[in-house]
Amino acid sequence: MQDAWIPLMLSLKVAGWATALNLVFGVAAGFGLSRWRSGARDVVDSLLTLPLVMPPTVLGYYLLVLLGRRGVIGAWLDRFDIQLVFTWQGAVVASTVVAFPLVLKSARAAFEAVDPQLERAARTLGISETALFFRVSLPLAARGILAGGLLAFARALGEFGATLMIAGNLPGRTQTLSVAVYSAVQAGDDSTANFLVIVTSVTCVVILLLAGRLVPQRTLLVSR
Amino acid sequence: MPLNVDMRKTLESAERRFTLEVAFNASTQRVVLFGPSGAGKSLTLQAIAGLLRPDEGTIALHGQALFDSSRGIDLKPQARHVAYLFQDYALFPHLNVRQNIGFGLQRGWLNPRARNRVAEVDYWLDALELRSVAGHYPAQLSGGQKQRVALARALVARPQLLLLDEPFSALDSHLRQRMRQELSELQTRLDIPMVLITHDPDDVAAFGDQVVQISDGRVREHQAFSGYVRSET
Repeated sequence: MQDAWIPLMLSLKVAGWATALNLVFGVAAGFGLSRWRSGARDVVDSLLTLPLVMPPTVLGYYLLVLLGRRGVIGAWLDRFDIQLVFTWQGAVVASTVVAFPLVLKSARAAFEAVDPQLERAARTLGISETALFFRVSLPLAARGILAGGLLAFARALGEFGATLMIAGNLPGRTQTLSVAVYSAVQAGDDSTANFLVIVTSVTCVVILLLAGRLVPQRTLLVSR
Repeated sequence: MPLNVDMRKTLESAERRFTLEVAFNASTQRVVLFGPSGAGKSLTLQAIAGLLRPDEGTIALHGQALFDSSRGIDLKPQARHVAYLFQDYALFPHLNVRQNIGFGLQRGWLNPRARNRVAEVDYWLDALELRSVAGHYPAQLSGGQKQRVALARALVARPQLLLLDEPFSALDSHLRQRMRQELSELQTRLDIPMVLITHDPDDVAAFGDQVVQISDGRVREHQAFSGYVRSET
């Protein structure tokens, strides 16, 4: 039973990093899309939303091709002695990609809901465009973004397919909660499986409750 | 007031095409742009503030070009020192009254702190009787209070020009009278040039030292109203 805490801690670490990365990249992309006036916008939005609809194993395969030692990015990283395959950092990459659309969608919706009049008002008050983002747009979009971040965290916590493809199933190193559940069931270790399943369920319920309190249900539906 | 506007802007959408062609020279401290809604008054005001880029023309204030298409000048709204009072006030809902008023005084990426005391802000809290609601958020304010906060926020940075977009339309008639008087006194005291847009003849009577009539995107009549007394009622 002691061992069951190791995959939980690893999952929390991976999901935490994935969420933090998405709060930077997802929010930046969401803001960019909300302000971009171009016909290509919907195409880019669709492409960036692909991880939401593609099977995680397919995503994992793409990542393996890109990040493996002979992959385009993997070969480049290898020169700096960085390997992502079969590491927990690889699991972070997998979770980040899979959860990215959740933050992107809610961030875009939240930024689009900010009254443009407020941004005009800030400009006439002499505030630079960067300050405008941090002082008006971001605080007003914060609730929607946070809700997206919580969903992304929950999604990253439950990540299985892409993580297994790129990080594998190394107990104590890359074996996350959901992978550990699969392993325990395969090994017939019911007590460990039960414990892991309960821990996962409780964590997910808590996250959904928090997300529900942050924003009205409508916003959550948009980000799905 | 040496405000010179001579600009043209064409806006096109699927349904209609609207050409704004406005030229006037303001010679008094109080100018009213008067005309029906949809005439292009707000667009003119936005162009003066730098929120709308004209296709061509010039906009100059105190002899300084804010916009000049032939010389490639287009100052950002941030650099124009022109205050804008929005029709719905556009107060920042996440900031309290004190923070809203001090918003433009604070540089950098952070908003003023909720309890941050700045002398100029305190001056305006007293001047517009907002001291008792200094810690309130815009959603907790009455219409008249919102307008005072918006005025204080606009004036605290000592702008060169005050633009007012239908400033009284959101108020009931009793309050409208009172706020007209307050604004009038304030303008006289500060001696700040202002351009007010309205479709309400009572506003013209109160502030129209000079009236520019606009309809359908064009200036119809442009005259100094010597007959109007500066109304204090």
